[in-house]
Amino acid sequence: MGLVDTARIKSPWILHYDCGSCNGCDIEILACLTPLYDVERFGIVNVGNPKHADVLVVTGPANRRNQRVLRNLYEQMPEPKAVIAVGTCACTGGVFHNCYNVLGGVDKVIPVNVYVPGCAAKPEAIIDGVVKALALFAPSNGKEAAK
Amino acid sequence: MTTNDLLTVIATIVLGPLVGGLLFGIDRKLTARLQGRYGPPIVQPFYDFIKLWSKSRIVANQSQMMYVYGYLLFTITALCLLALRQDLLIIIFVLAFGGVSLIMGAFSVKSPYSNIGAQREILQMVAYEPVLMLAAVAIYLQTGSFMVSDIFKLQQPLLFSLPLVFVALLIILTIKMRKSPFDISASAHAHQEIVRGVYTEYSGPYLALIELTHWYELLLVLGIIGLFWATSVWAAAALAIAAFLLEIVVDNIEARMTWPWMIKFVWTTGIGLSVVNIAALYLIR
Repeated sequence: MGLVDTARIKSPWILHYDCGSCNGCDIEILACLTPLYDVERFGIVNVGNPKHADVLVVTGPANRRNQRVLRNLYEQMPEPKAVIAVGTCACTGGVFHNCYNVLGGVDKVIPVNVYVPGCAAKPEAIIDGVVKALALFAPSNGKEAAK
Repeated sequence: MTTNDLLTVIATIVLGPLVGGLLFGIDRKLTARLQGRYGPPIVQPFYDFIKLWSKSRIVANQSQMMYVYGYLLFTITALCLLALRQDLLIIIFVLAFGGVSLIMGAFSVKSPYSNIGAQREILQMVAYEPVLMLAAVAIYLQTGSFMVSDIFKLQQPLLFSLPLVFVALLIILTIKMRKSPFDISASAHAHQEIVRGVYTEYSGPYLALIELTHWYELLLVLGIIGLFWATSVWAAAALAIAAFLLEIVVDNIEARMTWPWMIKFVWTTGIGLSVVNIAALYLIR
């Protein structure tokens, strides 16, 4: 594993987008940043700007209103990038899956690399999801695992 | 220019980022410990730099790119001038050119976040430039020249005759390090406010270059702080490191303030301290 791959794995900056989640998963994501879990020890930083981000963390189901914003955020992130769907709603649409305005999971709009199920997803599960997404940046299981 | 000077310049350019990056890493680690967290490894800034450098290049326009290089080159020039013990005024002017490059880069894009950040950066410069100038004036009164090399010839550290100017410079160090309570133009430590201000439209390698410039800039400002105990290089380094550690503590115990407060505080306290110190020099003489 080269220096660049190591650096990518050691320094994932996360962009968090809430598609309309109930805030349960959002609070769990923010819990990861607190001293109890402290994801910054892995170099993970929560940034607010898609142009600085490596990993897009999405909560909540994709719907007709936010799909444009979601796609826009994804396209503004420079390569290489990964997407994590956190929570049941982001994975499949969850309890909202049949609503007239809901498209379903986030993968209906943008390609998703890692699914973290749970209602709400536990901070441990979210960190595990980020670690799985980071494996995509390593060449050994890079592009294939992404598909 | 002698061979010795050339070696100094090369050493500054090569070793500067290594020391600066490590200082940033220590900063993040200490900040985490002060907040009761474990914190990232000390070499984390280098991981961030390499990762950003290896990301795909996206630029909003061509001029934006040029301004990043301008920011980097002016800052390196200022640091080299300091390492060569050249004119203090020129160092301050070249540093200001670097700051202006960053502002022009932020203004060259249409993003409102970037523009707000650029305006705040201008306000920061408006706040700290007079204090830097007064510090140069105060040093001139003690040494009789603006040359950094003459400061090293002094028998007694500048800190004893210019304690208030030193305190004013510590305030400027806080602004230049983008620490609380003055972390307003780029939200360097808040990450999300005004979506990172002046850096909004920079990504990948260009953001990496800006990080690199910050490492040089930190060394430069710490170097100017170190001049206040320039009887030996080690004493200067010790003073600079003490100031750096103080900034980290201040960053963690202070709230972030607004720009009107910053202007009021720096123009009254910062300029006031410097003027009182300079007046005292005249009175004692």
